[in-house]
Amino acid sequence: MSASASHLPIARPSGLPPVRPLMKAPAHDPAFAARVLWLSLALLLLWPLGVATEFRLWVLWEPENRKVTANFVSSFWPLVYNAEFLEMLVRETWRTLAMATAGVTLALVLAVPLSLLATRVLSLSALSGRMDRWPAVLRWCVRATLIVLRSIPELIWALVFVRVVGLGPTAGVLAIALTYGGMLGKVYAEILESGESHAAQTLMRNGSGRLQAFVYALLPSHAAELASYTVYRWECAIRSSVVLGFVGAGGLGQQLDNSMKMFNGGEVATLLLVFIALVALADRVSAWLRKALA
Amino acid sequence: MTIPTAVAAPVAQNSSQEAAHPPYKLPPPIFDARCRACWFIAALLVLVVASFVSLDLDWAAFASMEAARSMGRFVAEFFPPDLSPVFVNKVAWGAWETLAMSALGTAIAALLGLALAVPASRLSDQDSAWLRRPTRWLLNALRAIPELVWAALLLISAGLGPMAGTLALALHTSGVLGRLIAEAMENVTTGPGDALRTQGVGPVRVFAYATLPQVLPQLMSYTLYRWENNIRAAAVLGVVGAGGLGQLLSFHMGLFQMNKTATILGAMLLMVACVDALSFSLRRWLNR
Repeated sequence: MSASASHLPIARPSGLPPVRPLMKAPAHDPAFAARVLWLSLALLLLWPLGVATEFRLWVLWEPENRKVTANFVSSFWPLVYNAEFLEMLVRETWRTLAMATAGVTLALVLAVPLSLLATRVLSLSALSGRMDRWPAVLRWCVRATLIVLRSIPELIWALVFVRVVGLGPTAGVLAIALTYGGMLGKVYAEILESGESHAAQTLMRNGSGRLQAFVYALLPSHAAELASYTVYRWECAIRSSVVLGFVGAGGLGQQLDNSMKMFNGGEVATLLLVFIALVALADRVSAWLRKALA
Repeated sequence: MTIPTAVAAPVAQNSSQEAAHPPYKLPPPIFDARCRACWFIAALLVLVVASFVSLDLDWAAFASMEAARSMGRFVAEFFPPDLSPVFVNKVAWGAWETLAMSALGTAIAALLGLALAVPASRLSDQDSAWLRRPTRWLLNALRAIPELVWAALLLISAGLGPMAGTLALALHTSGVLGRLIAEAMENVTTGPGDALRTQGVGPVRVFAYATLPQVLPQLMSYTLYRWENNIRAAAVLGVVGAGGLGQLLSFHMGLFQMNKTATILGAMLLMVACVDALSFSLRRWLNR
């Protein structure tokens, strides 16, 4: 009814001006010149970047490179699935998972005390206005420590620890523990300082200790957020524990590195598939857990 | 007549439950077979304990005095950092290379991600979007493989050097960005697109003048955020030989030239700190 009515000519009282016809759409893009200008400017800016990174895509297409690539990619099939390889696969997958879990556990051991030290809401002297000098200095130092810990990538920590404790999972676990300790500590302190601090302050004004104020006021209101961030970081740790294998920390990454160096395409493809499945699984579990916690 | 009673019933039930003094309850038992959270915590404990037990961690080597001494020696070797002008120039070039790798990789990833996001999203109700599922699988695979693994794979066809690193960053980031943009495209208002479509405008122009302008701000902010991440990633990609500061680092560390390693580590920290500060102030400025 309404659709057919809209096609009818609109009856206008004779005194009013006639209905203006719809504006005709422009045949060309009115902003064409400006778009071309910005695009060419962007390309001009990207040019020195291409020079700096020796970005010459045609190198990929040179005959010998093409042959090597084709050989490597065609060796992906068939996948390797003999019993010995599968057994190694299961062992290394568990190792990757265990490295991530142990690393995050140690990171928690590091992060929880440091974040409690860094949280401004839990300061007794700040209750009466300004924080005292020494507590402020201590908080600042703890924060700086956390920032330094997290801004050195875990791969660099692993390189350092491989030198000190030798090849093996210990280096990987310690690298994850330090980097993730920094990340978790910083974000925990931020989470604890966000939101309402009234309950904690009331408890401390009435004579409770800082730990009590944390356990009975801050923790209940932020527990879900803290736990969900921890789960998210666990998921990230699984990804980085694979990467750490490349510098000799064991797990799937080390096997991947070995298979790549031997140009064994079938093993590489199988390992990559297992890795993608592991990441997808961790993604699912973490999404489910965070949904359950929210 | 039925509606008021339906609303009133739960209210009445609620008020009858809220007695003036709720009865005292004992705290729940620590473990209850019907409590899902208890089972979950127990499983978590088992996972943690099994991880520590199965990993044959070398605590003795780490906690012993000898390890502490070797760690101390290791740290002491870092000083003083090599600050000769020749080497500082080399490190500065490495830092510029790292920055260029991350910027170019992110730019390529934005374009590639946009190109993959189109088949990965259902742009209108009439769109059959038969490529949606396979493209999403591809995006997930691109995203699941870390930059470093991509770099190690690409070294085989691109050779040692920053190009492999740039391509690796581009591939991983295009998976991340493509998925985000596909989500954004499916969530835009369909009004402008529908208006153009009813006028008989073709799909390419509908995309260019209705969908793209709407997702562009989101695309820009995601891309900038990923660039920040990619600078950090680019710094370590060189460890497998893909250019930038990381390659210098692994080269000099391999030769046990610890003074030079210290300079490179300092440059890395400085770069990451600068990027952090810049993005922090930029975000504060944008959110003002």
